[in-house]
Amino acid sequence: MHELALMESVVDAVVDQIGEERVAVVRLEIGELAGVAIDALKFSFDVCTQGTVLAGAELAIVQVTGMARCRSCGREQATSSFATPCTCGSFDRELVRGGELRLIDVEVY
Amino acid sequence: MCRTCGCDGVDHDHEDDHGHDHDHGHEHDHGHDHHHHHHRPRRIALEADLLAKNDRLAGALRDRFAHDHIVALNLIGAPGAGKTTLLEHTLRAVPELSIAVIEGDQATDHDARRIAATGRRAIQVNTGAGCHLEADMIERGLGALGLVPQSLLFVENVGNLVCPALFDLGEQAKVVVVSVTEGDDKPLKYPHIYRAASAMVVTKMDLAPHIDADPAQLIANARKVNPGLAAFPVAATRGSGMAEWCGWLRAQMGAQR
Repeated sequence: MHELALMESVVDAVVDQIGEERVAVVRLEIGELAGVAIDALKFSFDVCTQGTVLAGAELAIVQVTGMARCRSCGREQATSSFATPCTCGSFDRELVRGGELRLIDVEVY
Repeated sequence: MCRTCGCDGVDHDHEDDHGHDHDHGHEHDHGHDHHHHHHRPRRIALEADLLAKNDRLAGALRDRFAHDHIVALNLIGAPGAGKTTLLEHTLRAVPELSIAVIEGDQATDHDARRIAATGRRAIQVNTGAGCHLEADMIERGLGALGLVPQSLLFVENVGNLVCPALFDLGEQAKVVVVSVTEGDDKPLKYPHIYRAASAMVVTKMDLAPHIDADPAQLIANARKVNPGLAAFPVAATRGSGMAEWCGWLRAQMGAQR
């Protein structure tokens, strides 16, 4: 449940920069290969925002499709997990895209 | 006309054109006929990495370790993989090295006591509900540890193969500890941690013949996801394989000097 720790950092960052304004929407960019579970993030958001200016806000998650380059055959392919191999059979792949764990913006009232 | 509330105003914006629900906070049918559009949402860009705070602290720790010639190793493995037993026997096998240990667990100080019994400095960090150590816990732990320069620092992470992979502790290298009893396919099931590690220690090798385990296959699977991974099969309680593992530790210390 490292999602809880990540969400605490989201709440801290928003509160630091927004202050007292009420937040309507928090938008995150989450890569498919970042190693976090979206459901756990959503659950953590409800827990972490209680009693803060983010309470009741909507969590909007922009997912980034995973992309990996195979170090064996050089091919770049969309992938949702490093636990599945390249079509050539190799598991030795480098991350091209999908490792994002970013706070993008918020909407405040 | 505003399509959200049906009013004739043109100078307000509901920001409802980006693909998700905005039915909070608008409260359109309260039965009064005047408008409150002072609450229209305003977008504020924040652009921040969620791990930025931890990464910043970890970077400061890495600088501090480099300055003091300290080699920090982050030991990660499932509960029961044999991390603490490996440490106990490692500490006795390299008496010439100055070593201290930070023990991470959700609860109890059992592990720190086991390490202290070997005569080495150890402190326990309890994470409570937390499933991994973070850089600020290491920073606080170091204060109590009194680490001297030219030391090896073992950080035994909370037993977990998933979450610790994401949190940099300022270590020089991550070391995965996996027992032969866990199954040969674990590196393929938990690739993140094997990709992030520099070395793996395969523990409980003496049990392998009794449980139909194939340590060679375990190591081969780990190298499928990380071809450069150093691998040390050991039976810590029997002493086998410990010379190679300790040789790697000395090499890490040598490279730092």
